[in-house]
Amino acid sequence: MEAGAESGRDKNTGGSGAEALPEARSQGTMVLRKFLRHKLAMGSVVVLALIILASIILPLFYPHSYADASFSSYVEPSGEHPLGTTQVGKDMMAQVLRGTQFSLLIAITVAFLTTIVGVVLGALAGYLRGFADSAISRLTDLFLIVPSIAAAAIMVRVFDGSWYVVALVLAMFAWMPIARITRAEAMSLSQREFIEAARASGAGTGRVVFKHLVPNMVGTITVNATLAVAQAVLAEAALSFIGLGVQLPDTSLGLVISDNYEQMQGRPWLFFGAFTVLVLISLTINFIGDGLRDAFDPRQRGVKA
Amino acid sequence: MNLVVYILRRLAISIPILFVGSFLVFCMVAAAGDPLGELRTQPGVSQESINQLSQQLGLDKGIVPRYFDWLGGFLTGDWGISIAQGSNMQPVFPKIMSAFEVTIQLILAAEIIALLLGVAVGVLAAVKQYSPIDYIATTMAFIFFSMPIFCVAIVLKMYGIDLNLMINDLGWDSWLGNPFLKTTSPESLSGDGFFDSIIGYIGGLLLPTLSIMFISFAAYSRFQRSSMLETMNMDYVRTAQAKGISQGRVIMRHAFRNALIPVTTLFSVNFVTVVTGAIITERVFAWNGMGSVLVEAVNKNDPNTLMGWIVVIAVAVVVANLIADLVYGILDPRIRVG
Repeated sequence: MEAGAESGRDKNTGGSGAEALPEARSQGTMVLRKFLRHKLAMGSVVVLALIILASIILPLFYPHSYADASFSSYVEPSGEHPLGTTQVGKDMMAQVLRGTQFSLLIAITVAFLTTIVGVVLGALAGYLRGFADSAISRLTDLFLIVPSIAAAAIMVRVFDGSWYVVALVLAMFAWMPIARITRAEAMSLSQREFIEAARASGAGTGRVVFKHLVPNMVGTITVNATLAVAQAVLAEAALSFIGLGVQLPDTSLGLVISDNYEQMQGRPWLFFGAFTVLVLISLTINFIGDGLRDAFDPRQRGVKA
Repeated sequence: MNLVVYILRRLAISIPILFVGSFLVFCMVAAAGDPLGELRTQPGVSQESINQLSQQLGLDKGIVPRYFDWLGGFLTGDWGISIAQGSNMQPVFPKIMSAFEVTIQLILAAEIIALLLGVAVGVLAAVKQYSPIDYIATTMAFIFFSMPIFCVAIVLKMYGIDLNLMINDLGWDSWLGNPFLKTTSPESLSGDGFFDSIIGYIGGLLLPTLSIMFISFAAYSRFQRSSMLETMNMDYVRTAQAKGISQGRVIMRHAFRNALIPVTTLFSVNFVTVVTGAIITERVFAWNGMGSVLVEAVNKNDPNTLMGWIVVIAVAVVVANLIADLVYGILDPRIRVG
């Protein structure tokens, strides 16, 4: 791609050797600098960090346990119960905090797994072409036509509704977009001279793909991995909302909303707590992904207003 | 002619994938446990009827012959029986078809509005880049894109109920119906006479359609905006402008048509998301569509219904891809060659 060639001529890299390492580092600092200037993305980082910290630290100091069902049913919000209590007499704030923990845990696991599977399969397909490409592409098509919500629901039922099962199952049906994007990029990159040079100097498939191809796709991979977290948060919430995802004793924001949304008309606080956190997580991650995309895009080098 | 070959080739790829996919799903459904487990523990059910049911479901056979039995039945319209209602067995085919009709109605209405609106807003935002319209459209798209669909549905339902109360207070319920906006499954959409039917349709479909529409709209408008921006920076657009063609004509004739091409790919990618969205929206508004069928089938471990459900959706995905390919072929003449 031409965009990549431009980045090599950028003045920040001037004078460095042909070695991959200093070039990568200077690209890294450039990306970081651009990202730090992206106000919306940085604001999102702060908000997301606050949510993550709150979900980890607050439960340590919060007086009520998520499991404690000894309160009266439907207590209105007060200093004692900031978000009121549920029908069975559990403190809502404690539920939201624990739901946030699990939602984030599941989403990050899903994004991690989908990125690894998608990048490996996509890079191999794009680099090897021929039979490997057709096989991997057909596999991608296969997973794309199976309705993931049904398949995930059945598999969660086969095993159980613990958080790691839900994460694994969601990852199984979410790696295809990343594989496709990586494949396309690997295809165009493998036409470039540096890949040819690597191959000519005797590097095997594994070395070319993982030492030369994948590091050069770091921008695409980072952006898509970030967006995958946001999609996983929403996918998990949707699955749990219809009651086919995470099951007690594990929980998630989707499950917390599903259990309490019927009350939104008379007791909106039971709905809006979990709702706000869920939307904030997904919104901030999308903004961060967008900021990263701008930062990695060499065409946007401070030219635009 | 080339287009026909192209479609046939796409179909030829899809059919083996559907075949392999349905077999894998069949194995997965079979692995989900004994569908008659619940029935076996019920006191009033005789061993004889369980044996009969087990035979009817083919549980006495191996997985491969059972799959081919199912496939043969599926292709001839006999989709087996549902055991979701215990020993009161229903055929799966009419059950899934009536649910699918409900869901596809929602999806079609929502997708058409989302496409038209999304493309229009995307083009407008691109043409007026960095204007207030662009910022508002981008922000809205971002928010809806990040919203879980059930939350949109829940919030809309909440405001729908408030709006109904307001309509009643204003006394408009005499001609809009009470409640005007149906927040639970409507028994029937049409009313007496033409006008009442229209009101019935709008009131019944508005909230669920809007919920699905918003999420799709966000994706379409964002995609259309970036694709439009890209084409507006193309050399041929600059050439057209330099020739002195009016800006409106340049946008419509030169840029817009080409900027539509990427959106058709989004339509097929987005389709599964929209189906999932429809399923969840139905749950919120208590519609008896594919969503409730799925939840019941998974909870009751009802193999034939699950298989029918999954294959119907998979075929719908293939058809949606085919439609997208067709539109792609029409918009992009390059695809027709070779």
